Amino acid sequence: MHIPDGFIDVQTSAVFAGLAAAGVATALKGARTQLDEKTAPLAGLTAVFIFAVQMLNFPVVAGTSGHLLGGALAAVLVGPWAATLALTVVLLMQGLLFADGGLTAIGLNVFNMGVLGVWAGYGIFLLLRKLLPKNKSSISVAAALGGLLSVPAAAVGFTIQYAMGATATFSTSAVLSAMVGTHVLIGIGEALITGLTVSAVLASRSDLVYGWKNKNQKLEIRSAN
Amino acid sequence: MLTNRKFYIIGFVVSLFLAGVVSFYASSSPDGLEKVAQDIGFIDTAKDHTNADGALADYGVKGIDNERASVGVAGIIGVTGTAVVAGIGFKLLARKPKKDGN
Repeated sequence: MHIPDGFIDVQTSAVFAGLAAAGVATALKGARTQLDEKTAPLAGLTAVFIFAVQMLNFPVVAGTSGHLLGGALAAVLVGPWAATLALTVVLLMQGLLFADGGLTAIGLNVFNMGVLGVWAGYGIFLLLRKLLPKNKSSISVAAALGGLLSVPAAAVGFTIQYAMGATATFSTSAVLSAMVGTHVLIGIGEALITGLTVSAVLASRSDLVYGWKNKNQKLEIRSAN
Repeated sequence: MLTNRKFYIIGFVVSLFLAGVVSFYASSSPDGLEKVAQDIGFIDTAKDHTNADGALADYGVKGIDNERASVGVAGIIGVTGTAVVAGIGFKLLARKPKKDGN
C-alpha cells in the first residue's frame, strides 16, 4: 500500500501533502487534549508495534501479499488523533530510513493510511460499538471489522489520487475494482490482527484502551444526570 | 492485570521479536498495490526511491550478507528508532501546561 514515487504526479502529490499536513496538525491539537501521562506510552508502543507488524507481509491470493495498516487498531487503542500521529511516525521512518514509500508520495501515504484508514476504521468501530452488546468481546469484534473496512477505504484513497493525477493512462474504474477487490482480502488479515491485538490489550490492561474506557466514561456521565 | 512496567516490556519485546525474527518469514510477493500496478500495467511509472541505496533500504542492512541477519537487524533498528521518536514525541505532546500558566 506504500505508494512509490512516480505513480502520481507532483501536483497531486503536493495537494495531498497539504491535506496530510492539515490532518496531522489537527491530530496534534486533538491528541494534546486526549493523551495524558498514563496513555502517552501506549501511543508510543502502538507506533512501535505497527512498524513491526507492517514488516510481516502475509500471502493473500495468486502471488499477492498484504500487511497490517494499523489505522483502526491504533484508533481503538489510543484514539483517532494519536492514531494519525502514530501512523505518521511509522510512515516517516519507513520512507526516510527504509526506502519504503516514496519521499514525494509521503503526503499521499499519510493521507491514505494515517487519515483515511484511521477515520474509516474508527467510524465503523463507533457504529458497531453502539449496536453490539456492551462487553469487551464486542470491542474486539468492532475493532476487527473497522480494520477490515479501513483497508479498502485506503485503497479507495489511492484510486482517487490515481484519478486526479496518475502518470499512466489506464482507466480509473479498472484501478478501482482491482484495488478494492485485492484490499478487501488483505482486510481479512487486518481484521484478524486488529481483533487479536485489541483482545490481548483488553485482557491485560483494559484501563488503557481508548475505545473501551471512553465508552465507560460516557455511561458514567449519563448515570450522573 | 499487568503492571505498567511488565506491560510495556512485553509489548516492546514482542515488537522486537516480530521485526527482528519473524520478519524473515514474511511473504516476498508484491503487495496489493504493486500487484494491481503490475496487472493493470502502471508499475513501470514507479521511480526508484531517493534512498534506494541507503544503508537500510528495503529493510536490509548494507554490509550484512546473511539475509536473516540483515532483515532482523534492520527490523530491530526500525523498532528501536520508532520507539525513540514516538516515545519522546507522545511524551512531550501529553505534557500538560502548568495550571497557573493560563
